[in-house]
Amino acid sequence: MGIIEARGLARTFKSRKRTVEAVRGVDLSVGDGQIVGFLGPNGAGKTTTLRMLTTLLRPTAGTATVAGADLLRDPLGVRKRIGYVPQAIGPTMGGTDPSCLVLEELLDQAGLYHLRADQAHQRAELLIGQLDLTGLERRLVKTLSGGQRRRLEIALGLVHQPPLVFLDEPTTGLDPQSRSNLWEHIGRLRSDLGTTVFLTTHYLEEADVLCDRVFIIDHGVIVADGTPDELKRRISGDVVTLRVTGEDAAASKLLADQAVVREITAADGTLKLTVERGEQALPALLRVLDGAGITLESINLSRPTLDDVFLTLTGRSLRDDSPGQASRGPAGEPEPAVATKE
Amino acid sequence: MSFIRDTLMVFRRQERLALRNPAWVIIGLMQPILYLALFGPLLTRLPTATLGTTGNAYKFFVPGLLIQLGLFGSTFVGFAIISDWRAGVIERFRVTPVSRLAIMAGRVLRDVVTLVVQAAVLVLVGVAFGLRAPVAAVFIGFGFIVLVAVGLASVSYATGLLVKSEDSFAPLVNTVVVPLLLLSGIFLPMTLGPGWLQGVARISPFRYIIDAMREAYQGQYFNTIMVEGIAVAAGMAVLFLWLGSRVFVRENA
Repeated sequence: MGIIEARGLARTFKSRKRTVEAVRGVDLSVGDGQIVGFLGPNGAGKTTTLRMLTTLLRPTAGTATVAGADLLRDPLGVRKRIGYVPQAIGPTMGGTDPSCLVLEELLDQAGLYHLRADQAHQRAELLIGQLDLTGLERRLVKTLSGGQRRRLEIALGLVHQPPLVFLDEPTTGLDPQSRSNLWEHIGRLRSDLGTTVFLTTHYLEEADVLCDRVFIIDHGVIVADGTPDELKRRISGDVVTLRVTGEDAAASKLLADQAVVREITAADGTLKLTVERGEQALPALLRVLDGAGITLESINLSRPTLDDVFLTLTGRSLRDDSPGQASRGPAGEPEPAVATKE
Repeated sequence: MSFIRDTLMVFRRQERLALRNPAWVIIGLMQPILYLALFGPLLTRLPTATLGTTGNAYKFFVPGLLIQLGLFGSTFVGFAIISDWRAGVIERFRVTPVSRLAIMAGRVLRDVVTLVVQAAVLVLVGVAFGLRAPVAAVFIGFGFIVLVAVGLASVSYATGLLVKSEDSFAPLVNTVVVPLLLLSGIFLPMTLGPGWLQGVARISPFRYIIDAMREAYQGQYFNTIMVEGIAVAAGMAVLFLWLGSRVFVRENA
């Protein structure tokens, strides 16, 4: 059994006269030691699902086992075994108090997990080193840079060495350099410690670089899951663009007969082909054209991005969906306050 | 027991944060001391019979100021929880195995400790101005404001956590606290007022508590006024503590 097993997890919110189904039956199965990305447009149910899995919100339906404990019957058991790093941008922030010292936050967090004082110091020291916080121990949290503060927040989530850690938008609001630095740290959680990481993100690049597996949620249900490569292959195929001199009609006819070509359009000497596994298909396609004596001017192979996958599945591009934007529910209705954090 | 350990842990954290920024503790104390220094002398010119007191006016005035201190000091603590909530600290604590009730109880304990220190300073300043009251009465007075603070701080934290906005919280608290304060006879005895006002004043629980504290300062410890005062203070503390804890331990927040 995986470290997260959820069946039909659902949450409805009742606000004044309306009932909003923020999450409508989510099934999740996450194996040990993976980095799992949870993607979805604003209001799709990402944060609501995350809040249910971390015992912040009780599901209205469904069951789940998280880190070996039953979510509904033993929420305390779940809390003992998971780490949680809240999102840093939005109505609430990442969980550190601006007036605390870095070391105090780590020791207090260890206290919350009932670690002994000597263990707490040991863990704090180790995490300070691992997350590049050395030298900042006696600094007030409010004097840290965005990247430093985020690393501290992640360190807090790891104080009790949880087998599973939830990161809600870990890199939102960070500059590109801090972001890729944080990716390294997150990657190391899995490779060095075997920690399972469940993260939500707005950045498709992040999911692509970091995640072993991606779940896409839309309108409160999971619409796809798989490795980033699987998803791209399954949904969009690769696009090959060829320019030929003159004989585009003949070329088009020839190529359309090839089994690997799913779709083809031709206009003004430019052929656009949708193929599976473009890098493998290309040599064969070129041989066909060569054999027919058709001269090529240029070749371009473009792989689909996760955004193409996302667009195909949800009809929305994640790129238009900036994190600061107000959250909208499934029917364009604003979600109730608790669910507007995506 | 882990609840007590958790409460003490939250208390230590909050106390450390308060001491890092002691300005608010001092500002909270400034107001009653200003009243004592700038309003108290006016009362000393009134005949003590008007104030329903023997000895000097400070026996009447200091209990009132103690309640005022407790009332303002503990109803506004909800502000702090709003900024904690906004910083994500509350959510962070709620995902750990720490007792969710201790998140509130540790803070309330900190507020009570702060208040008792402030009250002790206020009484000492009162003595400097001429207050003469039995030592037992001073401690009974502290007992009352501890009960007041426990209840009000709990309900203030719960309200802050529900409202989640300073802009709504401030007017809300003022709307409730100011009438209660005026109807409690803090500055002048309610018995000076017309009949209707005296009747209305019966709805303010602080009225009973102040009366009981004043009785104690007069050296009267065993009478109906005292029993009423204790019953109201304890009842209010229990009720508000219960209401506040419901908000903190609920599963969804």
